[in-house]
Amino acid sequence: MMCCVCKEKPATVHLTDIKGDKVQKVDLCEECAKTKGVNDSTFQLADMLLGLGASHEIEQSAGGADVKCPACGFTQVDFKKSGRLGCPECYVTFAEGLESLLKSMHKGTKHTGKVPNHLRQKRDLSEQLNALNKKLAKAIATENFEQAALLRDEIKQLNTKQAGTSVVA
Amino acid sequence: MDLDKFLISVADSAHRKGPQDHIVMSSRVRLARNIKDGAFPGWAKKPERVRVLEVIRPAIEQLPEMKEAFSDTMDNLTQLDKQILVERHLISREHAARSAGSGVVINPEETFCVMINEEDHLRMQSLRPGLQIRQAWQAIDKLDSDLESRLSYAYSNQLGYLTACPTNLGTGIRVSAMLHLPGLVLAEQINPIIQSVNKLGLAVRGLYGEGTEALGNVFQVSNQMTLGEPETVIVERLEKVLAQIIEHEENARASLLEKKPKTIHNHIGRAYGVLANAHVISSKETMNLLSLMRLGVELGMFPTLHSSFVDELFLLTQPAHLQKVYSGKLSAEERDLLRADMLRERLKPVSRPIAKPSGPPSGGMDKAGKP
Ligand SMILES: [Zn+2]
Ligand SMILES: [Zn+2]
Repeated sequence: MMCCVCKEKPATVHLTDIKGDKVQKVDLCEECAKTKGVNDSTFQLADMLLGLGASHEIEQSAGGADVKCPACGFTQVDFKKSGRLGCPECYVTFAEGLESLLKSMHKGTKHTGKVPNHLRQKRDLSEQLNALNKKLAKAIATENFEQAALLRDEIKQLNTKQAGTSVVA
Repeated sequence: MDLDKFLISVADSAHRKGPQDHIVMSSRVRLARNIKDGAFPGWAKKPERVRVLEVIRPAIEQLPEMKEAFSDTMDNLTQLDKQILVERHLISREHAARSAGSGVVINPEETFCVMINEEDHLRMQSLRPGLQIRQAWQAIDKLDSDLESRLSYAYSNQLGYLTACPTNLGTGIRVSAMLHLPGLVLAEQINPIIQSVNKLGLAVRGLYGEGTEALGNVFQVSNQMTLGEPETVIVERLEKVLAQIIEHEENARASLLEKKPKTIHNHIGRAYGVLANAHVISSKETMNLLSLMRLGVELGMFPTLHSSFVDELFLLTQPAHLQKVYSGKLSAEERDLLRADMLRERLKPVSRPIAKPSGPPSGGMDKAGKP
Protein backbone atom coordinates (compact mmCIF):
# COMPACT_ATOMS: atom_id res chain seq x y z
CA MET A 1 0.00 0.00 0.00
CA MET A 2 1.28 3.43 -0.99
CA CYS A 3 1.31 6.53 1.18
CA CYS A 4 -1.76 8.61 0.31
CA VAL A 5 0.07 11.91 0.71
CA CYS A 6 3.24 11.57 -1.35
CA LYS A 7 2.04 8.51 -3.29
CA GLU A 8 5.69 7.46 -3.53
CA LYS A 9 6.77 5.55 -0.45
CA PRO A 10 5.05 2.54 1.10
CA ALA A 11 2.64 3.34 3.90
CA THR A 12 3.66 2.18 7.34
CA VAL A 13 1.39 4.31 9.51
CA HIS A 14 -2.32 3.46 9.36
CA LEU A 15 -4.94 5.61 11.00
CA THR A 16 -8.65 5.02 11.37
CA ASP A 17 -11.23 7.52 12.48
CA ILE A 18 -14.82 6.59 13.25
CA LYS A 19 -17.39 9.33 13.15
CA GLY A 20 -20.98 8.13 13.53
CA ASP A 21 -21.29 5.34 11.01
CA LYS A 22 -18.50 6.63 8.79
CA VAL A 23 -15.07 5.05 8.90
CA GLN A 24 -12.20 6.97 7.36
CA LYS A 25 -8.76 5.51 6.83
CA VAL A 26 -5.48 7.21 6.14
CA ASP A 27 -2.29 5.42 5.20
CA LEU A 28 1.01 7.26 5.47
CA CYS A 29 4.70 6.69 5.02
CA GLU A 30 7.03 7.35 7.95
CA GLU A 31 8.14 10.72 6.64
CA CYS A 32 4.72 12.12 5.77
CA ALA A 33 3.37 10.96 9.11
CA LYS A 34 6.11 12.96 10.77
CA THR A 35 5.59 16.12 8.71
CA LYS A 36 1.84 15.88 9.25
CA GLY A 37 2.50 15.69 12.94
CA VAL A 38 0.84 12.33 13.52
CA ASN A 39 2.78 11.83 16.75
CA ASP A 40 1.81 15.26 17.92
CA SER A 41 -0.92 15.17 20.54
CA THR A 42 -2.81 17.98 18.76
CA PHE A 43 -3.09 15.95 15.58
CA GLN A 44 -6.55 15.89 14.12
CA LEU A 45 -7.47 13.37 11.49
CA ALA A 46 -10.18 15.63 10.13
CA ASP A 47 -7.65 18.39 9.53
CA MET A 48 -5.49 16.03 7.65
CA LEU A 49 -8.22 14.66 5.46
CA LEU A 50 -9.09 18.22 4.59
CA GLY A 51 -5.52 18.84 3.54
CA LEU A 52 -5.56 15.74 1.38
CA GLY A 53 -8.20 17.12 -0.93
CA ALA A 54 -10.63 14.47 0.26
CA SER A 55 -13.32 17.09 -0.42
CA HIS A 56 -14.73 16.87 3.06
CA GLU A 57 -14.60 20.61 2.92
CA ILE A 58 -16.06 22.83 5.56
CA GLU A 59 -17.80 19.95 7.32
CA GLN A 60 -14.51 18.50 8.42
CA SER A 61 -12.67 21.72 9.06
CA ALA A 62 -14.59 22.21 12.27
CA GLY A 63 -12.34 19.54 13.72
CA GLY A 64 -9.46 21.97 14.10
CA ALA A 65 -11.43 24.30 16.26
CA ASP A 66 -8.41 25.27 18.29
CA VAL A 67 -6.66 26.96 15.36
CA LYS A 68 -7.17 30.70 15.65
CA CYS A 69 -6.16 33.41 13.19
CA PRO A 70 -3.47 35.45 14.96
CA ALA A 71 -4.55 38.61 13.15
CA CYS A 72 -8.30 38.56 13.80
CA GLY A 73 -9.11 35.70 16.18
CA PHE A 74 -11.25 33.85 13.65
CA THR A 75 -11.63 30.07 14.07
CA GLN A 76 -12.68 27.25 11.77
CA VAL A 77 -15.93 26.98 13.71
CA ASP A 78 -16.70 30.56 12.68
CA PHE A 79 -15.97 29.60 9.10
CA LYS A 80 -18.34 26.66 9.33
CA LYS A 81 -21.06 28.97 10.61
CA SER A 82 -20.75 31.73 8.01
CA GLY A 83 -18.82 30.33 5.05
CA ARG A 84 -16.77 33.54 5.17
CA LEU A 85 -13.31 34.18 6.54
CA GLY A 86 -12.36 36.80 9.11
CA CYS A 87 -9.54 38.73 7.47
CA PRO A 88 -6.97 38.51 4.64
CA GLU A 89 -4.51 36.84 7.03
CA CYS A 90 -6.99 33.96 7.56
CA TYR A 91 -5.96 32.66 4.12
CA VAL A 92 -2.51 32.00 5.57
CA THR A 93 -3.79 30.65 8.88
CA PHE A 94 -6.19 28.17 7.29
CA ALA A 95 -4.27 27.63 4.05
CA GLU A 96 -4.04 23.87 4.37
CA GLY A 97 -7.70 23.33 5.08
CA LEU A 98 -8.78 25.67 2.31
CA GLU A 99 -6.76 24.02 -0.43
CA SER A 100 -9.22 21.21 -1.17
CA LEU A 101 -12.17 23.55 -0.79
CA LEU A 102 -10.70 25.89 -3.39
CA LYS A 103 -9.97 22.97 -5.67
CA SER A 104 -13.59 21.91 -5.55
CA MET A 105 -15.03 25.35 -6.26
CA HIS A 106 -12.61 26.90 -8.76
CA LYS A 107 -10.82 26.21 -12.03
CA GLY A 108 -7.47 26.12 -10.25
CA THR A 109 -5.80 27.12 -7.01
CA LYS A 110 -3.32 29.60 -8.48
CA HIS A 111 -4.35 33.12 -9.43
CA THR A 112 -3.61 33.85 -13.09
CA GLY A 113 -5.52 37.10 -13.51
CA LYS A 114 -4.87 40.75 -12.85
CA VAL A 115 -1.81 41.72 -10.79
CA PRO A 116 -1.60 45.11 -9.07
CA ASN A 117 0.68 47.38 -11.05
CA HIS A 118 3.47 47.81 -8.47
CA LEU A 119 3.71 44.04 -7.98
CA ARG A 120 3.69 43.40 -11.71
CA GLN A 121 6.71 45.64 -12.21
CA LYS A 122 8.54 43.87 -9.43
CA ARG A 123 7.61 40.46 -10.82
CA ASP A 124 8.68 41.33 -14.36
CA LEU A 125 12.03 42.47 -13.04
CA SER A 126 12.69 39.34 -11.02
CA GLU A 127 11.66 37.15 -13.96
CA GLN A 128 14.16 39.01 -16.12
CA LEU A 129 16.83 38.49 -13.47
CA ASN A 130 16.11 34.78 -13.26
CA ALA A 131 16.50 34.38 -17.01
CA LEU A 132 19.78 36.31 -17.01
CA ASN A 133 21.19 34.28 -14.14
CA LYS A 134 20.43 31.09 -16.02
CA LYS A 135 22.19 32.43 -19.09
CA LEU A 136 25.15 33.42 -16.96
CA ALA A 137 25.48 29.96 -15.45
CA LYS A 138 25.40 28.47 -18.92
CA ALA A 139 28.01 30.91 -20.20
CA ILE A 140 30.32 30.05 -17.34
CA ALA A 141 29.75 26.33 -17.80
CA THR A 142 30.67 26.60 -21.47
CA GLU A 143 33.62 28.85 -20.57
CA ASN A 144 32.22 31.71 -22.62
CA PHE A 145 33.75 34.33 -20.34
CA GLU A 146 33.25 37.24 -22.67
CA GLN A 147 29.48 36.75 -22.65
CA ALA A 148 29.54 36.05 -18.93
CA ALA A 149 31.10 39.43 -18.26
CA LEU A 150 28.42 41.18 -20.30
CA LEU A 151 25.65 39.26 -18.53
CA ARG A 152 27.14 40.08 -15.15
CA ASP A 153 26.99 43.81 -15.96
CA GLU A 154 23.39 43.49 -17.08
CA ILE A 155 22.43 41.66 -13.91
CA LYS A 156 24.17 44.26 -11.81
CA GLN A 157 22.15 47.00 -13.48
CA LEU A 158 18.85 45.21 -12.96
CA ASN A 159 19.73 44.55 -9.33
CA THR A 160 20.19 48.23 -8.63
CA LYS A 161 16.89 48.90 -10.40
CA GLN A 162 15.13 46.28 -8.30
CA ALA A 163 16.56 47.69 -5.10
CA GLY A 164 15.23 51.06 -6.26
CA THR A 165 11.66 49.87 -6.84
CA SER A 166 11.43 48.06 -3.55
CA VAL A 167 12.34 51.27 -1.77
CA VAL A 168 9.61 53.12 -3.65
CA ALA A 169 7.08 50.34 -3.09
CA MET B 1 -27.49 64.87 -1.00
CA ASP B 2 -31.01 64.11 -2.16
CA LEU B 3 -31.11 60.69 -3.81
CA ASP B 4 -34.35 61.47 -5.68
CA LYS B 5 -32.81 64.47 -7.39
CA PHE B 6 -29.63 62.59 -8.14
CA LEU B 7 -31.01 59.45 -9.76
CA ILE B 8 -31.83 59.38 -13.44
CA SER B 9 -35.61 59.54 -13.95
CA VAL B 10 -37.35 56.22 -14.45
CA ALA B 11 -38.35 57.23 -17.98
CA ASP B 12 -34.80 58.17 -18.96
CA SER B 13 -33.44 55.10 -17.29
CA ALA B 14 -35.80 52.86 -19.27
CA HIS B 15 -34.91 54.65 -22.53
CA ARG B 16 -31.21 53.77 -22.40
CA LYS B 17 -30.40 51.61 -25.39
CA GLY B 18 -27.82 48.90 -25.81
CA PRO B 19 -26.90 46.14 -28.26
CA GLN B 20 -29.27 43.14 -28.27
CA ASP B 21 -31.59 44.76 -25.78
CA HIS B 22 -34.54 42.88 -27.23
CA ILE B 23 -33.18 40.08 -25.03
CA VAL B 24 -30.29 41.41 -22.92
CA MET B 25 -31.64 44.01 -20.51
CA SER B 26 -28.31 44.93 -18.95
CA SER B 27 -24.70 43.91 -18.43
CA ARG B 28 -22.73 44.17 -15.23
CA VAL B 29 -19.20 43.45 -14.05
CA ARG B 30 -18.43 43.47 -10.35
CA LEU B 31 -15.03 43.33 -8.70
CA ALA B 32 -14.55 42.38 -5.04
CA ARG B 33 -11.58 43.97 -3.25
CA ASN B 34 -10.41 44.32 0.33
CA ILE B 35 -7.79 46.49 1.89
CA LYS B 36 -4.82 44.93 3.63
CA ASP B 37 -5.37 46.02 7.20
CA GLY B 38 -8.54 45.07 8.93
CA ALA B 39 -11.02 42.27 9.18
CA PHE B 40 -13.62 41.67 6.48
CA PRO B 41 -16.89 43.59 7.09
CA GLY B 42 -18.78 40.52 8.34
CA TRP B 43 -16.21 39.88 11.08
CA ALA B 44 -15.09 43.44 11.88
CA LYS B 45 -16.59 45.29 14.82
CA LYS B 46 -18.48 48.49 14.07
CA PRO B 47 -15.65 50.95 14.93
CA GLU B 48 -13.36 49.09 12.56
CA ARG B 49 -15.94 49.14 9.78
CA VAL B 50 -16.32 52.87 10.29
CA ARG B 51 -12.55 53.32 10.12
CA VAL B 52 -12.31 51.34 6.88
CA LEU B 53 -15.23 53.28 5.39
CA GLU B 54 -13.46 56.53 6.21
CA VAL B 55 -10.36 55.35 4.37
CA ILE B 56 -12.13 53.99 1.30
CA ARG B 57 -14.90 56.50 0.70
CA PRO B 58 -12.69 59.55 0.07
CA ALA B 59 -10.42 57.46 -2.17
CA ILE B 60 -13.39 56.59 -4.37
CA GLU B 61 -14.81 60.11 -4.37
CA GLN B 62 -11.47 61.36 -5.71
CA LEU B 63 -11.55 59.07 -8.74
CA PRO B 64 -12.00 60.93 -12.05
CA GLU B 65 -14.86 58.54 -12.87
CA MET B 66 -16.66 59.61 -9.72
CA LYS B 67 -16.81 63.33 -10.35
CA GLU B 68 -20.03 64.74 -8.90
CA ALA B 69 -21.01 61.33 -7.63
CA PHE B 70 -23.68 60.55 -5.08
CA SER B 71 -21.88 59.38 -1.96
CA ASP B 72 -23.40 58.57 1.38
CA THR B 73 -23.28 56.24 4.35
CA MET B 74 -26.01 53.64 4.62
CA ASP B 75 -27.27 54.96 7.96
CA ASN B 76 -28.02 58.27 6.24
CA LEU B 77 -30.35 56.68 3.72
CA THR B 78 -33.99 55.99 4.46
CA GLN B 79 -35.38 52.49 4.15
CA LEU B 80 -37.27 53.65 1.07
CA ASP B 81 -34.17 55.10 -0.61
CA LYS B 82 -32.29 51.86 -0.05
CA GLN B 83 -35.17 49.91 -1.55
CA ILE B 84 -35.18 52.24 -4.58
CA LEU B 85 -31.49 51.47 -5.09
CA VAL B 86 -32.22 47.74 -4.92
CA GLU B 87 -35.02 48.03 -7.47
CA ARG B 88 -32.65 49.95 -9.76
CA HIS B 89 -30.13 47.10 -9.36
CA LEU B 90 -27.54 49.53 -8.01
CA ILE B 91 -27.07 47.84 -4.63
CA SER B 92 -27.73 44.33 -3.34
CA ARG B 93 -30.47 43.43 -0.89
CA GLU B 94 -27.75 42.55 1.61
CA HIS B 95 -26.28 46.01 1.31
CA ALA B 96 -29.69 47.62 1.79
CA ALA B 97 -29.86 45.89 5.17
CA ARG B 98 -26.65 47.58 6.33
CA SER B 99 -26.37 50.89 8.14
CA ALA B 100 -23.51 52.66 9.96
CA GLY B 101 -20.08 51.61 8.73
CA SER B 102 -21.24 50.94 5.17
CA GLY B 103 -21.58 53.29 2.24
CA VAL B 104 -22.42 53.69 -1.43
CA VAL B 105 -20.98 55.84 -4.21
CA ILE B 106 -22.76 56.19 -7.58
CA ASN B 107 -21.68 58.27 -10.58
CA PRO B 108 -24.23 60.59 -12.26
CA GLU B 109 -24.56 58.37 -15.35
CA GLU B 110 -25.26 55.36 -13.08
CA THR B 111 -22.64 53.38 -14.97
CA PHE B 112 -20.54 52.91 -11.82
CA CYS B 113 -21.72 51.99 -8.37
CA VAL B 114 -19.42 51.10 -5.49
CA MET B 115 -20.68 49.44 -2.32
CA ILE B 116 -18.38 49.92 0.65
CA ASN B 117 -18.41 47.31 3.40
CA GLU B 118 -20.88 44.97 1.86
CA GLU B 119 -19.53 41.42 2.16
CA ASP B 120 -16.12 42.78 1.15
CA HIS B 121 -14.61 46.19 1.84
CA LEU B 122 -15.21 47.06 -1.80
CA ARG B 123 -17.75 45.81 -4.28
CA MET B 124 -17.36 47.94 -7.38
CA GLN B 125 -19.69 47.52 -10.28
CA SER B 126 -19.84 48.72 -13.83
CA LEU B 127 -23.30 48.72 -15.42
CA ARG B 128 -24.35 49.03 -19.05
CA PRO B 129 -27.62 48.68 -20.95
CA GLY B 130 -27.87 45.74 -23.37
CA LEU B 131 -25.06 43.33 -24.10
CA GLN B 132 -21.86 45.19 -23.23
CA ILE B 133 -19.95 42.83 -20.99
CA ARG B 134 -16.54 43.62 -22.44
CA GLN B 135 -17.07 47.37 -22.23
CA ALA B 136 -18.31 47.04 -18.67
CA TRP B 137 -15.25 45.01 -17.76
CA GLN B 138 -12.80 47.43 -19.36
CA ALA B 139 -14.43 50.32 -17.53
CA ILE B 140 -14.29 48.69 -14.09
CA ASP B 141 -10.77 47.41 -14.72
CA LYS B 142 -9.61 50.97 -15.29
CA LEU B 143 -11.43 52.23 -12.21
CA ASP B 144 -9.81 49.45 -10.19
CA SER B 145 -6.36 50.32 -11.51
CA ASP B 146 -6.90 53.95 -10.55
CA LEU B 147 -8.02 52.93 -7.10
CA GLU B 148 -5.16 50.51 -6.46
CA SER B 149 -2.69 53.41 -6.39
CA ARG B 150 -4.73 55.05 -3.61
CA LEU B 151 -5.46 52.00 -1.45
CA SER B 152 -3.42 48.98 -0.33
CA TYR B 153 -5.31 45.92 -1.48
CA ALA B 154 -5.14 42.53 0.21
CA TYR B 155 -3.46 40.48 -2.49
CA SER B 156 -1.40 37.29 -2.56
CA ASN B 157 0.71 35.98 -5.42
CA GLN B 158 -0.82 32.55 -5.06
CA LEU B 159 -4.48 33.40 -4.38
CA GLY B 160 -4.85 36.81 -6.02
CA TYR B 161 -7.28 39.32 -4.50
CA LEU B 162 -8.34 38.06 -1.08
CA THR B 163 -12.08 38.10 -0.41
CA ALA B 164 -14.30 37.36 2.57
CA CYS B 165 -15.83 34.36 0.82
CA PRO B 166 -13.49 31.85 -0.84
CA THR B 167 -15.92 31.67 -3.79
CA ASN B 168 -14.80 35.13 -4.92
CA LEU B 169 -11.09 34.62 -4.46
CA GLY B 170 -8.52 35.36 -7.18
CA THR B 171 -9.94 37.78 -9.71
CA GLY B 172 -12.87 38.77 -7.48
CA ILE B 173 -14.83 39.17 -10.68
CA ARG B 174 -18.46 38.49 -11.36
CA VAL B 175 -19.56 39.07 -14.90
CA SER B 176 -23.30 38.96 -15.42
CA ALA B 177 -26.09 39.80 -17.82
CA MET B 178 -29.81 40.13 -17.21
CA LEU B 179 -31.77 38.32 -19.89
CA HIS B 180 -35.43 38.46 -20.80
CA LEU B 181 -36.29 34.93 -21.95
CA PRO B 182 -40.07 34.61 -22.35
CA GLY B 183 -39.69 32.57 -25.54
CA LEU B 184 -37.66 29.83 -23.89
CA VAL B 185 -40.02 29.79 -20.90
CA LEU B 186 -43.16 29.53 -23.06
CA ALA B 187 -41.56 26.90 -25.27
CA GLU B 188 -40.63 24.98 -22.10
CA GLN B 189 -37.00 24.89 -23.18
CA ILE B 190 -35.65 26.96 -20.33
CA ASN B 191 -34.72 24.13 -17.97
CA PRO B 192 -32.42 22.25 -20.36
CA ILE B 193 -30.80 25.57 -21.24
CA ILE B 194 -30.22 26.39 -17.56
CA GLN B 195 -28.76 22.93 -17.02
CA SER B 196 -26.32 23.18 -19.88
CA VAL B 197 -25.27 26.67 -18.81
CA ASN B 198 -24.72 25.32 -15.28
CA LYS B 199 -22.51 22.59 -16.69
CA LEU B 200 -20.20 25.25 -18.07
CA GLY B 201 -19.67 26.53 -14.54
CA LEU B 202 -22.03 29.48 -14.91
CA ALA B 203 -24.89 30.34 -12.56
CA VAL B 204 -28.44 31.21 -13.58
CA ARG B 205 -30.52 33.15 -11.08
CA GLY B 206 -33.73 35.12 -10.86
CA LEU B 207 -34.16 38.86 -11.08
CA TYR B 208 -32.59 40.04 -7.83
CA GLY B 209 -29.59 37.73 -7.56
CA GLU B 210 -28.84 34.94 -5.10
CA GLY B 211 -31.62 32.40 -4.84
CA THR B 212 -34.51 34.45 -6.15
CA GLU B 213 -37.12 33.16 -8.57
CA ALA B 214 -37.20 34.33 -12.15
CA LEU B 215 -39.99 36.89 -11.96
CA GLY B 216 -41.02 38.32 -15.29
CA ASN B 217 -38.97 35.70 -17.15
CA VAL B 218 -35.83 37.66 -16.31
CA PHE B 219 -32.75 35.56 -15.67
CA GLN B 220 -29.31 36.56 -14.54
CA VAL B 221 -26.41 34.57 -15.98
CA SER B 222 -22.98 34.92 -14.35
CA ASN B 223 -19.65 33.19 -13.79
CA GLN B 224 -19.13 31.29 -10.55
CA MET B 225 -15.43 30.45 -10.62
CA THR B 226 -13.03 33.29 -10.01
CA LEU B 227 -9.69 31.57 -9.32
CA GLY B 228 -7.40 29.77 -11.75
CA GLU B 229 -8.15 31.65 -14.95
CA PRO B 230 -7.71 35.25 -16.04
CA GLU B 231 -10.51 37.82 -16.35
CA THR B 232 -10.31 37.80 -20.15
CA VAL B 233 -11.09 34.08 -20.30
CA ILE B 234 -14.06 34.49 -17.97
CA VAL B 235 -15.41 37.42 -20.00
CA GLU B 236 -14.96 35.54 -23.27
CA ARG B 237 -16.72 32.43 -21.99
CA LEU B 238 -19.68 34.47 -20.86
CA GLU B 239 -19.83 36.29 -24.19
CA LYS B 240 -19.92 32.99 -26.03
CA VAL B 241 -22.59 31.48 -23.82
CA LEU B 242 -24.73 34.63 -23.98
CA ALA B 243 -24.53 34.66 -27.78
CA GLN B 244 -25.85 31.12 -27.75
CA ILE B 245 -28.67 31.86 -25.32
CA ILE B 246 -29.69 34.85 -27.45
CA GLU B 247 -29.82 32.62 -30.50
CA HIS B 248 -31.93 30.03 -28.67
CA GLU B 249 -34.32 32.70 -27.43
CA GLU B 250 -34.69 34.15 -30.92
CA ASN B 251 -35.34 30.69 -32.34
CA ALA B 252 -37.86 29.93 -29.61
CA ARG B 253 -39.75 33.15 -30.33
CA ALA B 254 -39.77 32.52 -34.08
CA SER B 255 -40.86 28.93 -33.80
CA LEU B 256 -43.59 29.69 -31.25
CA LEU B 257 -44.96 32.31 -33.59
CA GLU B 258 -44.87 29.90 -36.49
CA LYS B 259 -46.11 26.77 -34.78
CA LYS B 260 -48.30 28.05 -31.97
CA PRO B 261 -49.44 31.54 -32.94
CA LYS B 262 -52.72 31.13 -31.05
CA THR B 263 -50.90 30.31 -27.82
CA ILE B 264 -48.68 33.34 -28.17
CA HIS B 265 -51.46 35.73 -29.11
CA ASN B 266 -53.60 34.36 -26.32
CA HIS B 267 -50.90 34.91 -23.69
CA ILE B 268 -50.09 38.41 -24.85
CA GLY B 269 -53.71 39.41 -25.37
CA ARG B 270 -54.62 38.22 -21.87
CA ALA B 271 -51.63 40.00 -20.36
CA TYR B 272 -52.72 43.26 -22.00
CA GLY B 273 -56.31 42.66 -20.93
CA VAL B 274 -55.45 42.22 -17.28
CA LEU B 275 -52.90 45.02 -17.11
CA ALA B 276 -55.22 47.50 -18.81
CA ASN B 277 -58.29 46.59 -16.78
CA ALA B 278 -57.35 45.23 -13.37
CA HIS B 279 -58.27 47.11 -10.20
CA VAL B 280 -56.05 45.10 -7.85
CA ILE B 281 -52.75 43.66 -8.96
CA SER B 282 -49.66 42.38 -7.15
CA SER B 283 -46.10 43.25 -8.05
CA LYS B 284 -45.38 39.66 -9.00
CA GLU B 285 -48.34 39.31 -11.37
CA THR B 286 -47.48 42.68 -12.89
CA MET B 287 -43.93 41.60 -13.67
CA ASN B 288 -45.05 38.36 -15.25
CA LEU B 289 -47.67 40.08 -17.40
CA LEU B 290 -45.39 42.97 -18.39
CA SER B 291 -42.89 40.35 -19.52
CA LEU B 292 -45.49 39.01 -21.96
CA MET B 293 -46.28 42.53 -23.10
CA ARG B 294 -42.60 43.16 -23.74
CA LEU B 295 -42.57 40.03 -25.86
CA GLY B 296 -45.62 41.38 -27.71
CA VAL B 297 -43.76 44.63 -28.43
CA GLU B 298 -40.75 42.70 -29.76
CA LEU B 299 -43.06 40.60 -31.97
CA GLY B 300 -44.69 43.69 -33.44
CA MET B 301 -48.07 43.25 -31.77
CA PHE B 302 -48.03 46.77 -30.34
CA PRO B 303 -46.83 48.81 -33.33
CA THR B 304 -46.93 52.14 -31.48
CA LEU B 305 -44.89 50.95 -28.51
CA HIS B 306 -41.24 50.56 -27.81
CA SER B 307 -39.90 48.12 -25.23
CA SER B 308 -38.77 51.05 -23.08
CA PHE B 309 -42.47 51.73 -22.40
CA VAL B 310 -42.72 48.33 -20.74
CA ASP B 311 -39.37 48.66 -18.99
CA GLU B 312 -40.50 51.93 -17.47
CA LEU B 313 -43.66 50.31 -16.11
CA PHE B 314 -41.59 47.37 -14.88
CA LEU B 315 -39.64 49.74 -12.66
CA LEU B 316 -42.47 52.13 -11.75
CA THR B 317 -44.67 49.33 -10.43
CA GLN B 318 -42.03 47.96 -8.04
CA PRO B 319 -43.03 48.55 -4.40
CA ALA B 320 -40.55 51.30 -3.50
CA HIS B 321 -40.91 53.19 -6.77
CA LEU B 322 -44.68 53.06 -6.41
CA GLN B 323 -44.36 54.34 -2.87
CA LYS B 324 -42.29 57.31 -4.14
CA VAL B 325 -44.92 58.31 -6.68
CA TYR B 326 -47.72 58.21 -4.12
CA SER B 327 -45.63 59.65 -1.32
CA GLY B 328 -46.47 58.25 2.05
CA LYS B 329 -46.32 54.84 3.56
CA LEU B 330 -48.52 52.31 1.83
CA SER B 331 -49.62 48.87 2.90
CA ALA B 332 -49.21 46.02 0.43
CA GLU B 333 -52.99 46.08 -0.21
CA GLU B 334 -52.95 49.81 -0.92
CA ARG B 335 -50.01 49.34 -3.27
CA ASP B 336 -51.90 46.68 -5.23
CA LEU B 337 -54.76 49.15 -5.78
CA LEU B 338 -52.51 52.04 -6.77
CA ARG B 339 -50.44 49.82 -9.03
CA ALA B 340 -53.59 48.80 -10.90
CA ASP B 341 -54.68 52.45 -11.16
CA MET B 342 -51.33 53.42 -12.60
CA LEU B 343 -51.31 50.60 -15.12
CA ARG B 344 -54.86 51.35 -16.34
CA GLU B 345 -53.94 55.00 -16.73
CA ARG B 346 -50.71 54.28 -18.62
CA LEU B 347 -52.30 51.69 -20.89
CA LYS B 348 -55.31 53.85 -21.77
CA PRO B 349 -53.75 55.21 -24.98
CA VAL B 350 -52.36 51.80 -25.96
CA SER B 351 -54.51 49.89 -28.44
CA ARG B 352 -54.98 46.21 -27.89
CA PRO B 353 -52.44 43.90 -29.52
CA ILE B 354 -52.84 43.04 -33.16
CA ALA B 355 -52.63 39.38 -33.98
CA LYS B 356 -51.13 39.18 -37.43
CA PRO B 357 -52.81 36.62 -39.67
CA SER B 358 -50.62 33.57 -39.39
CA GLY B 359 -50.91 32.44 -43.02
CA PRO B 360 -52.66 29.29 -44.17
CA PRO B 361 -53.59 26.91 -41.37
CA SER B 362 -50.60 24.71 -40.76
CA GLY B 363 -52.24 21.41 -39.96
CA GLY B 364 -53.02 20.47 -36.35
CA MET B 365 -54.86 22.82 -34.06
CA ASP B 366 -52.67 24.52 -31.59
CA LYS B 367 -53.77 24.22 -27.99
CA ALA B 368 -54.86 27.47 -26.44
CA GLY B 369 -52.50 28.35 -23.64
CA LYS B 370 -53.52 28.52 -20.04
CA PRO B 371 -53.32 31.96 -18.47
ZN1 LIG C 1 4.51 9.80 2.12
ZN1 LIG D 1 -7.94 36.37 10.23
